[in-house]
Amino acid sequence: MDLATLLPFIVNVIVGGLVLGFVYAIIALGYTMVYGVLQLINFAHSEVFVTGAVVGFEVFRVLAPNPMNGYLKLLIALVAAMIVSGLLNVLIERLAYRPLRNAPKLVPLITALGVSLILQDVLRIIEGFQGRFDLTYTLPPGFAGRFCAAESSCAGLGNFLRTIGVDLQLKDVILIVVSLLSLAVLNYLVNRTRLGKAIRAVAQDRVTAGLMGIDANRMISATFLIGGALGGISGVLFGMKFGTVNAYSGFDPGIISFTAAVLGGIGSIPGAVLGGLVLGVIQNLIGVTNVFGGLLGIANLEAIDASYQRIGAFIVLVLILIFKPTGLLGKSNVEKV
Amino acid sequence: MKKTALSLSVLAALALGGASAQTTIKLATLSPLSGGQSDLGTQIRNGAQIAVNEYKAQFQQLGLTLQLAPYDDQADPATGTAQARKIASDRSILAVVGTLNSGVAIPSSAALQPSRVALVSPANTANQVTDRGLSNMNRIVARDDAQGPAGANFITGTLKASKVYIINDKTAYGEGLAREVEKALKAKNIQVVGNEGTEEKSDFSSIVAKIRLQRPDAIYFGGIYNQVGVFIKQLREAGITTPVVGGDGLDSSELATIAGAGANNIYFTTVAAPIEALPAARTFAANYQKTFNDTAQGFGAFGYDAAKVALQGILAAAKANGNKAPTRQQVEAAIRKGSFTGLLSGNVSFNSVGDRRSATLYVMNVEGGKYKLATSVPVRPTRQ
Repeated sequence: MDLATLLPFIVNVIVGGLVLGFVYAIIALGYTMVYGVLQLINFAHSEVFVTGAVVGFEVFRVLAPNPMNGYLKLLIALVAAMIVSGLLNVLIERLAYRPLRNAPKLVPLITALGVSLILQDVLRIIEGFQGRFDLTYTLPPGFAGRFCAAESSCAGLGNFLRTIGVDLQLKDVILIVVSLLSLAVLNYLVNRTRLGKAIRAVAQDRVTAGLMGIDANRMISATFLIGGALGGISGVLFGMKFGTVNAYSGFDPGIISFTAAVLGGIGSIPGAVLGGLVLGVIQNLIGVTNVFGGLLGIANLEAIDASYQRIGAFIVLVLILIFKPTGLLGKSNVEKV
Repeated sequence: MKKTALSLSVLAALALGGASAQTTIKLATLSPLSGGQSDLGTQIRNGAQIAVNEYKAQFQQLGLTLQLAPYDDQADPATGTAQARKIASDRSILAVVGTLNSGVAIPSSAALQPSRVALVSPANTANQVTDRGLSNMNRIVARDDAQGPAGANFITGTLKASKVYIINDKTAYGEGLAREVEKALKAKNIQVVGNEGTEEKSDFSSIVAKIRLQRPDAIYFGGIYNQVGVFIKQLREAGITTPVVGGDGLDSSELATIAGAGANNIYFTTVAAPIEALPAARTFAANYQKTFNDTAQGFGAFGYDAAKVALQGILAAAKANGNKAPTRQQVEAAIRKGSFTGLLSGNVSFNSVGDRRSATLYVMNVEGGKYKLATSVPVRPTRQ
């Protein structure tokens, strides 16, 4: 196998990993936001995210016969998923976490797991009543098509990508653009607005922030609303990218995204994004290790096939936790006396 | 008023007395009724239900009330084994139709063996299912060492492929099937580019990239429709039109739904015949439609056949037992030694380990989301 065929392959594996990484990154933001404010790992976030995916499926399904513009459909799906998932997350906080705010840390963790299981079955019942289990997205025509397939329709970056052999679908590009946009909005919200300032104040010290006149409960609700809305966006993107979701689809991406948040430094927004991207790329690279093993003639590498791609992510996590326990971008938490 | 109350209570007492004279016996089904494979598991239960409905009258004549007891194994070996223990403890259950997954059948049949509950499997193809030689485990479908070579023959004969990429789902079923296919392909000197496993359910981007690099002429995927469907969808969206071949795990109408616009150029070998390919199945299909308001599929027909084998076995054992309810051990022996007729898939008799003496494999083709019969192959196990 020569370099001319191998190079586009490697580029594609990395690009594919980055696309995947963006999905993980947006999910990881949901974990990291809540953790940053409450030091609580919201294990129900994986179901909040699946709820977004289900809402997205329903919107695309209902709008499928409608001849309206595909991007408009996507926008409706995203907004609907953001609203439903955001409100759901606020509700979860109000019912399952707030009453336990002063309980030992382990208690809300367990209710989080409980909420997660309840939501799985609720989702299954809702879709099951309509005779569905695997929800298959009906995307607007063209979304699954190739990005820049024909030379004439390409310009600038698209053309450049095409020449180096990157093979993307339109929906991959949409996914990256939506992720970057949500990131920019989140960044603005947290760092440039009064709301963001108040949330950061509560995250730093809830009691003192309260003394300064900040309603901590409202800020916590706002955090859950934002985290849930991000979950909704990631759900729709996930459904779009992979084509099908079911009530139990949240577990795997949930656990990987949580890993991404820890890898990047839990509580850190850029860290969650970096963690997601790193894990996405690592996963895809491990998935193709056997090809390189075959080329180099190393039997041990050849034996590492796609079934190991998950484990790779967790090995990286363990290594990071050993050598840099705060994660890639996390700051060490100085105990205040 | 008082009079009616009195006569009602007399009637009730009579009815109760009548009921107690009847012995209730049950046929159980063990299949996934919830979770990702419930589509297939429900077909098995429904097929068995139709057989039970048909045989009720015959059992009634012997003073036996026949019931179906459906159990849900969620396609999970641990759940299946726990359910098997529950089945073993219900003394009125004389035989079991099940399971869907070989991974579930192997521990469940072992759990049922000490209490001698016979199983008639409508779906399990892994060699180990009967290779262990359990006295209670029988199946009416062909084995993997028949299904694997049939798939391989199809890849070389009909598809004329010379380079094949094999994927499996890391279960007893998928790995076993993939191993058999690889063995058969290598025997024909076909280049097998890889045999790799993946438990991934949503993201196949690294495998798709590898397939693009290796350019195989055919892909074999030993797995279940809900995973393979997503894979095919992503493969086709990446612009790869290579034929995908699989085993009976793909035999569900959900496959085409999940694969969507990519549901083309897919082939699978199946032990469950398409209803249209079974001449006797028309009445059954109509019955199924009427009873469950749903379309009968292959596994429904095999659930029906497996239940008929079990019920005919129980009847034979009851007759040998002086028209009384037989013991589990008598039923077990009657099923293994009997010869069963009037089935959709032809006549059945078992060899010493519980494999059907002759069976048929069908190769189905999915094109534009539509399923049609490509060809059929008769198979016989080496042991007779």
